[in-house]
Amino acid sequence: MDLSVDLGGLCLKNPVMSASGTFGYGLEFSSFGDLKELGAIVVKGLSLKPKKGNPVPRIAETPCGMLNAIGLQNIGIENFLKDKLPFLPWKETPVVVNLYAQSVPEFGVLAGILSDEPGIAALEVNISCPNVREGGVQFGQNAKAAAAVVSEAKRKCGVKPLIIKLSPNVTDIRSIALAVQGAGADMISLINTLGGMAVDVYTRKPRLANVFGGLSGPAIKPVALKMVYEVCSEVDIPVIGLGGISSAEDVLEFILVGAHAVQVGTANFLRPDFIFDLIRELPQAMSRTGIASLEELRGGLETVEPSPVCA
Amino acid sequence: MNRFKDGGQVDKNTLSNKPECSSLKVLGTAYAGSGDFVHLYLEPPLWEFSPGQFVMLRPESWGLDPLWPRPFSICEKTAEYMRIFIQVVGRGTRLLSLCDPGSTINVTGPLGRGFRVPEGPLLILAGGMGIAPFLGLCKNHPYPQKISMLFGHRLALKHYPFEESPGEMHKESMHQVSEDDLKTFAQVLGERIRDFAPKGEILACGPMPFLKVVQKYALACKASVQISVETRMACGVGACLGCVVKTNEEEMVQSCLYGPVFAADKIVL
Repeated sequence: MDLSVDLGGLCLKNPVMSASGTFGYGLEFSSFGDLKELGAIVVKGLSLKPKKGNPVPRIAETPCGMLNAIGLQNIGIENFLKDKLPFLPWKETPVVVNLYAQSVPEFGVLAGILSDEPGIAALEVNISCPNVREGGVQFGQNAKAAAAVVSEAKRKCGVKPLIIKLSPNVTDIRSIALAVQGAGADMISLINTLGGMAVDVYTRKPRLANVFGGLSGPAIKPVALKMVYEVCSEVDIPVIGLGGISSAEDVLEFILVGAHAVQVGTANFLRPDFIFDLIRELPQAMSRTGIASLEELRGGLETVEPSPVCA
Repeated sequence: MNRFKDGGQVDKNTLSNKPECSSLKVLGTAYAGSGDFVHLYLEPPLWEFSPGQFVMLRPESWGLDPLWPRPFSICEKTAEYMRIFIQVVGRGTRLLSLCDPGSTINVTGPLGRGFRVPEGPLLILAGGMGIAPFLGLCKNHPYPQKISMLFGHRLALKHYPFEESPGEMHKESMHQVSEDDLKTFAQVLGERIRDFAPKGEILACGPMPFLKVVQKYALACKASVQISVETRMACGVGACLGCVVKTNEEEMVQSCLYGPVFAADKIVL
């Protein structure tokens, strides 16, 4: 059984990565499984300086999903490199740093800091966080702004592959995908959370202090699958699919619509050993679908008509 | 590993037992006064814990909904069972209260930091469901006569395992129905904290308004008080950053990792 994936400059032993923001700095999960078993470890979004994040309540459970408005609380890039990275198994498993900045030059500075850091395998640029007032999604909702971030990060990141994480909160995801590909992105990951809110009719208050949050979990998987399918049909660079993946079959569904690899996010909250079990179950799921390598399945969706243009 | 290395200037010395995930069978449930208060008995896990530490429970039958596991302090653990005391407050706790004997629950624990229990006299302040983490502590304490407990409750006493703790303890319960009762209870809390402050350690667990009163008097009397907070959690292991509390140094720290038990003078409620 061949689970390996070549993302063009980033080789994974299996297609399952952790999704940023759901796996801490990786170490939080080291009691529950061997981090070396992951395809890659994508850590919590990091900014230049530590960030305190939003007031509580920051999370709310919804049917088959959850809303979050954490506000990118993180320890800052320097503290991560000093206090966390040395304890991650970066020699055996690629460590991907998710980056958040409030301006194009700041993205460049962050990329520059990581460009010659041997423990970092790739950079994932977050142009899609819906939960902070400044930056984030403002870059992800506009093709020109997205391209500007990518060009700047690409100019500064040296040989590190650059993954751009897209927001689903857009009218046409394909135009954004093409723009970031054109600007030099090495890979695309999608989707980040969908904008949402929840309210309490008895207290007449929003369930999140931030009022709005990002919806994630199994509830968003159909949306994610469609967007990944659309983007895979449009771009030539590898695509990493995510959004509600909660089983080995879900992983294969994203591969079937064209993804090269996947990220597991909110499902990590079901049980802290979830991702390790999912990876162990993947070979059996592949057997059941009659494949010996992911290559046999990738992009193999059989549609009766030529792919529909819109739904 | 440096699981507990970063973060706030809160107590980092009570390093917890290493947590793990296990699938435990439900041995049975016992209702207390109504269907809304239930003692859930599970097969005992292999690990040990300190009172105040908690578990995340997620029945296997939940599939993908409800999504999150639910956090509960460990009421008691013996060679025969682990006991969790649950009040039904929503869909998740309702489903947990209806778990069939023989069904399987995914249990992650022991999580967080429990109470530091020194050898000397103890004053336990519990509000409502805040009594849960203290039952095992009191039952297993070598000198129950050194423990005083003040228990405030808004629903009838029959719902809570108050009588079950050792008779050698100095126990006092107060029922709050009216606003005046609440004021009186707050006054008594203040008096007990002030009188006990020079004698020993105070442990408190209960709803946030209760903890705020406890904290106010703890700071005023410079008493050594540990408080256990209840927060909304998704993961229980420090990853989701949903359960953060603010420290005196204005840091946001995860109550699942650095708590749920904090020194009363280290956090802002």
